Amino acid sequence: MSLTDGAGAAAGTLRGGPRRRRVRMSGDRGVPLPLLVPALIGLAFLVVPLIALLVRTPWRSLPEQLTSAEVWQALELSLICATAATAVSVVIGVPLAWLLARIDFPGRGLVRALVTLPLVLPPVVGGVALLMALGRNGIVGTYLDSWFGVTLPFTTAGVVVAEAFVAMPFLVISVEGTLRAADPRYEEAAATLGASRFTAFRRVTLPLIAPGIAAGAVLAWARALGEFGATITFAGNFPGRTQTMPLAVYLALQSDPEAAIALSLVLLAVSIAVLAGLRDRWMTPG
Amino acid sequence: MIETFDAPADAAPDGLDARLVVDRGTFRLDVALAVAPGEVVALLGPNGAGKTTALRALAGLAPLTGGHLRLDGAELDRTPPESRPVGVVFQDYLLFPHLTALDNVAFGPRCQGTSKAEARARAAEWLDRMGLADHTGAKPRRLSGGQAQRVALARALAIRPRLLLLDEPLAALDARTRLEIRAQLRRHLAEFEAVAVLVTHDPLDAMVLADRLVVVEHGQVVQEGSPSGIARHPRTDYIAQLVGLNLYRGEADGHTVRLDSGPAITTTEVLSGPAFVAFPPSAVTLHRGRPTGSSARNVWRCEVAGLETHGDQIRADLTGELPIAADLSAAAAAELDLHPGTEVWATLKATQTHAYPA
Amino acid sequence: MIRTVRRNRRPLRVAALGAAALLALSACSSSAGSSSKKPGSSASASSAGKLSGTVTVFAAASLKESFTTLGEEFEKEHPGTKVAFSFGGSDSLAASITGGAPADVFASASPKTMKIVTAAGDASGPPATFVRNRLEIATLPGNPDKISSLKDLTRPGLKAVLCDKEVPCGTAAQKALNAGGLELTPASYEQDVKAALTKVQLKEADAAVVYKTDVRAAGDKVEGVEFPESADAINDYPIVRLKDARNAEAAKAFIALVRSAEGQRVLTEAGFLKP
Repeated sequence: MSLTDGAGAAAGTLRGGPRRRRVRMSGDRGVPLPLLVPALIGLAFLVVPLIALLVRTPWRSLPEQLTSAEVWQALELSLICATAATAVSVVIGVPLAWLLARIDFPGRGLVRALVTLPLVLPPVVGGVALLMALGRNGIVGTYLDSWFGVTLPFTTAGVVVAEAFVAMPFLVISVEGTLRAADPRYEEAAATLGASRFTAFRRVTLPLIAPGIAAGAVLAWARALGEFGATITFAGNFPGRTQTMPLAVYLALQSDPEAAIALSLVLLAVSIAVLAGLRDRWMTPG
Repeated sequence: MIETFDAPADAAPDGLDARLVVDRGTFRLDVALAVAPGEVVALLGPNGAGKTTALRALAGLAPLTGGHLRLDGAELDRTPPESRPVGVVFQDYLLFPHLTALDNVAFGPRCQGTSKAEARARAAEWLDRMGLADHTGAKPRRLSGGQAQRVALARALAIRPRLLLLDEPLAALDARTRLEIRAQLRRHLAEFEAVAVLVTHDPLDAMVLADRLVVVEHGQVVQEGSPSGIARHPRTDYIAQLVGLNLYRGEADGHTVRLDSGPAITTTEVLSGPAFVAFPPSAVTLHRGRPTGSSARNVWRCEVAGLETHGDQIRADLTGELPIAADLSAAAAAELDLHPGTEVWATLKATQTHAYPA
Repeated sequence: MIRTVRRNRRPLRVAALGAAALLALSACSSSAGSSSKKPGSSASASSAGKLSGTVTVFAAASLKESFTTLGEEFEKEHPGTKVAFSFGGSDSLAASITGGAPADVFASASPKTMKIVTAAGDASGPPATFVRNRLEIATLPGNPDKISSLKDLTRPGLKAVLCDKEVPCGTAAQKALNAGGLELTPASYEQDVKAALTKVQLKEADAAVVYKTDVRAAGDKVEGVEFPESADAINDYPIVRLKDARNAEAAKAFIALVRSAEGQRVLTEAGFLKP
């Protein structure tokens, strides 16, 4: 069947490998129907909503919608917060991943489960949990407030915290996987050359796992960009300060669906552009 | 556990003085090593004997559970690997793939606090000595096996170690490169003024590169000595096989060594008490019928268990009165019409045997 | 960055797609079952015995407590009937009704949201206002910040939250602020009235402008402070039977109960004002 041949050839071209006219594995036998049908349904399921968004976009009023200051404010805030949350995740998530991958300590399995919990936790629950911990009245937030005069809810920093909370597990899981796959003996080799454990990590391990960190950072960034539940619960909603794109989309939907569609379109375009851009540079091996 | 009394520190000579004890579940390594500066010692043994564990213990990568480790009089037992004056050439080199050959070699000096420029200058010098001046900017994946091996050696030597460890330094190379690199490595080791310990399961590598062999089996030292001494007087089946000899252990009485398994071997040496007898497979002659006119003093009835080509010879594995490996030419094997199961008579001249006290 | 002087607020208009999208957001419980068999004489709430089946009521979130009570009374009065509620934001509910969600009665928190349904031709007749709701300031228990007026919320350092301008309670709050000639920069525009109230309950905010009924429902976790400007921002709650009601008779009876003296007693107890 030409479908698979085309895909195989395309993949070959993407990898820069030798162009093969036919994928030998599938040959001329085609794709079995019990696989093809669900596969096409799955594809449609993921793609049709996006197409629908494009179809129903109010193209005529779109320029007007997109030039409104509110949209740009929300977009700018979204990009800044997602990037900051990713940076926070990298700075504290990579060492955490290293700890999980390299140090055998009692209760490691439990710690790993705790780290992955935000992946399955409804983000709103995450937001409530963050309020309990870092809110003005939270178990840690109380001291942040009384000692340093720092309160996180209703601030841009709060948005970053909420996004990092939800996005960091993606990075930790991705980096830990890369670390486990990386040969720990490189660190031993560095040690025999006089490198302390930290120097070995910085000068050897870190460059070796850079592609994994990049992939994890992209995942975390994408997750942070789309974050809604934890953000609105923990950081509230104030234009220019805590109102990110997803919040703007949701609230616009209450009264002005066209604006919501326009905003969604912007978010979609930005996500696609960034993911495609990074994919070329970082995510393909070789 | 055997209690050993460590010599007082002030009497400690230069070089390596170690007793490496590592307990790991059912496996226990207990190896004593004393190596003088300038000497090259090979740890030789089969896979799983504990050679690599011993090497890792010397490098500080595996903690000692007992014994001691002194290098040039300094206690190293508790010293972390990064603080030991020990350089390691790993089996698959473990060159850092993201760094050039030059930066790989400069890595150690950099970690020791040398400035970047000086570390690179020193690295360039080492690569030049290894004949790799043209490859300083190459990433490891662009280097051939032999080049990578030399970069790994340069990297280990660049930290000016007092103990150089080499783990199967030639195992990753193909046969032709191996020959060439072995000769080069021998030269570099000869120039090296401190202690060198290499680990290998290849007797040829060990004999060419090392001044002294330490044979390790099941975590214990089973024999130690010069390459030629060990080749001539193997004391375990493993070494006998490595050097291609038939080896038996028994009680000597005059010209006769009565083996623990029953039969006796007549030898030229006169000995008494426990003894080894060794002879090469090529010394054995095979006959289809009981030989009558042979002058050989040793005659055994055997059965062919297996046949394989061994160079331009055929190696016959014999069972029966005495398990023997015998080498014969292909023509002889055809003439005798040997198959597994064939009954044969093996003869051996006393002058071809070599007996020594166990 | 491009800035336009004109703020782009479009007139309220729910496109079909918007409605469809909202369908996904609103939890719509539909269990509309049997249809009415007999023509009922159901002007009075006490006409018992002739009704059966399930009546599905979509009602604004602020009606949850009082409508649940009335639903139980209704089922007791008319054995064999069942009242199924879907409580949510009035906007979302309206959108799901125009999107075809099966409902018999719609009780909304603002005429504006009711208009969405009537404009789409989904109502069986003109809606009737059955209660009104008034704003109140919710403060921390004991009112530690001594808030006594809407103006106090503009004090620097005080963290006040409002509902987003897109939702009815936010529109009402804005109206009250305008009436008092006040300008308030809140800590946050919350997505609905319950979220605003929660921020005070969790002590993250010092005060929130919410409905009187919400303050009362929160019990002693917050303290209510009335303010005169709220008179200018009173929300009418309209109720209507829907055109596609599958259980029209029961729907009529339920609306009658809500508007009866008993219904009004339950609602005013919850803090609502009589129309």
